[in-house]
Amino acid sequence: MDLLRFFTAGSVDDGKSTLIGRLLFDSHSISTDIIETLTKQSKNIKDDNAFNLALLTDGLRAEREQGITIDVAYKYFTTSKRKFIIADTPGHVQYTRNMFTGASLAHLALLLIDARHGITEQTKRHAVISSILRIPNVLVCVNKMDLINYSEHKFNDIKDEFIKFSNPLNLSNITFIPMSALLGENVVTQSSKLEWYKEKSLLDYLETVGINPSQELLSSRFQVQYIIRPETNVLHDYRGYAGKVLSGKYYVGQKVKIFPGNYDTEITCIEMNQQNVTEACANSSVILHLKDAIDVSRGSSIIPINELPNISNEFTATLCWMDDSSFVKGQKFYLQQNSYRTKAVIKEIVYKINIHSFTPIEGESNIQLNDICKVVIKTAESVCYDKFTENRNNGSFILINENTHNTVAAGVIE
Amino acid sequence: MSQQLDYLDFLESEAIHILREVAGQFERPALLFSGGKDSTVLVHLALKAFRPGKFPFPLLHIDTGHNFEEAIIFRDQLVKQIDEKLIVRYVADTIKRHNLQDAKGKFPSRNVLQTNTLLDTIEEFAFDACIGGARRDEEKARAKERVFSVRDEFGQWNPKSQRPELWNIYNGKINKGENVRVFPISNWTELDVWNYIKREQISLPSIYFTHERDCIVLKNGQLMNVNQFVKIDETDILVRKNVRYRTVGDMTCTAAIESVAYTVDDIIKELENTKISERGATRMDDRISEAAMEDRKKNGYF
Repeated sequence: MDLLRFFTAGSVDDGKSTLIGRLLFDSHSISTDIIETLTKQSKNIKDDNAFNLALLTDGLRAEREQGITIDVAYKYFTTSKRKFIIADTPGHVQYTRNMFTGASLAHLALLLIDARHGITEQTKRHAVISSILRIPNVLVCVNKMDLINYSEHKFNDIKDEFIKFSNPLNLSNITFIPMSALLGENVVTQSSKLEWYKEKSLLDYLETVGINPSQELLSSRFQVQYIIRPETNVLHDYRGYAGKVLSGKYYVGQKVKIFPGNYDTEITCIEMNQQNVTEACANSSVILHLKDAIDVSRGSSIIPINELPNISNEFTATLCWMDDSSFVKGQKFYLQQNSYRTKAVIKEIVYKINIHSFTPIEGESNIQLNDICKVVIKTAESVCYDKFTENRNNGSFILINENTHNTVAAGVIE
Repeated sequence: MSQQLDYLDFLESEAIHILREVAGQFERPALLFSGGKDSTVLVHLALKAFRPGKFPFPLLHIDTGHNFEEAIIFRDQLVKQIDEKLIVRYVADTIKRHNLQDAKGKFPSRNVLQTNTLLDTIEEFAFDACIGGARRDEEKARAKERVFSVRDEFGQWNPKSQRPELWNIYNGKINKGENVRVFPISNWTELDVWNYIKREQISLPSIYFTHERDCIVLKNGQLMNVNQFVKIDETDILVRKNVRYRTVGDMTCTAAIESVAYTVDDIIKELENTKISERGATRMDDRISEAAMEDRKKNGYF
């Protein structure tokens, strides 16, 4: 059975919690004691037939008090076909950084739209985030169709508007589904009220949508996380490079280069689960052994000689600023790309992006919380990278404040 | 050979990756190990992450003194078998040292007092990272927590301003006095844990499987085991039943469930049909208030 990670975006008012609640209910993923607690908490809500499903995802006291989602909540459910991880993300602009956190690993963005109100600023923000993070599938759920008499015409209007505004965003695999989460129409089973809609229901879609363009087809990338050296009598010369295959494939006998350093060597052995294997595919955590005793440390990249990446100490990136304190000119950071860390500065702000209109604003000199901008990054040591559009796992990084050690920005390399 | 990873392979590889990030980023980490199923799975994952080398961290048990004997025997056997270092610190010692009030009442749980011992131990050894087996599916405050969860020098979690955590990039940079709680099996559900235990044939303490036990029946139907710490009143209803434990914690606040599940397969079947959550079935401590877990975490609890 495989695993689909998706993030849900939209406000409580769009029926997001109702939708998640329904998916969890219908897959029997909510327990009766939790329903009991929810029912108790929902007593002060007018409609005493239903309990407030937002209480299911808003796990923090402050969220329940204010009736908003502040941070990502992770929810899990399994059907006979797939295991799912939902990252339920906030919608308000001040929590954009938490949306990025929830969305970063997703195979799919589920954008929820209230059919009565159509596309809102929030929809646009989530679409922009999906675009920056290159989410492989974008699903637009037009909810509350019952409140617009299941009108195909209005559904098509929303669809057209979304396609038009998102055109410059280059979103991949956009799908539209009309539904009523409250009444369960088109969520698990198709609805007779939506006769004109012949495509899949939501769950059917989630169970069958393709997961990621295969990472095996990408160039082979591996970074050393940790060096294993038992230094015992028996294993005196043992030196294993532990890490995860980020993409592609590694095999015994493969000729590789080490960066930094540009050394040539060869893979002599691969260990996985305490056994020797002949090859390792993407996402496997393994230990590699090399033919030559050369300088390899945490953060070193091991790359096949015929699949070389970009190596540079200067590159352009799209950055989302995530810290309460703004960027100060000349500020130094640690740049962390997977396990590789080096010092870095923002050499130039090329332009800021208006998150609502997706237009560039030039001549900006400051970067504040939730700003998205294109910048030129300069690093102390060279970075071994791919363009984010070509390899999500080797084209992303975070910036860490030198003093506070907070993660102040996330970046994707162009 | 199929290249598509099964979801258990995926979860396993993610957890190993996180464990190795801890090893690569911290000077003095520790792995919290109680002999329960989740921390036993962590030990199994650490073997996969670091063998043939030694663990780059000791195992640490914060001992409430209210233990199931079976779990302690199991703990010591496993430590011996894998030949790793175990540090044990006792809540009873903390109570004495700080002149604290021991837990009272009918079920005198030391669950909250445990936090003091943990924070003292972190200070004693200058641990900068503690690896734990908490999962996001256990409880709704846990569902919000990052994999690398930074705690301030008082051990407090600040849920309103968590560090952003993107992709698989973990920022382990901290300031002096701060430490990080790391949760490698954040994305596992209770059922995933059991399916993994089955696949990997991991041994567990016997109390996870059906056995006969004397219990007090609580008003809400929970079964509390009769032991030397619990005060038995005349009005208590005592029964002897076939039970097992879904979680192994402080003996005074962990309830048993009625079960005849004898094997891991039986347990998986039982869980697939159960309607009650893991903590709901077994923990008295979460039922105190709606935000019980969030409040304990803010004070340094796991």
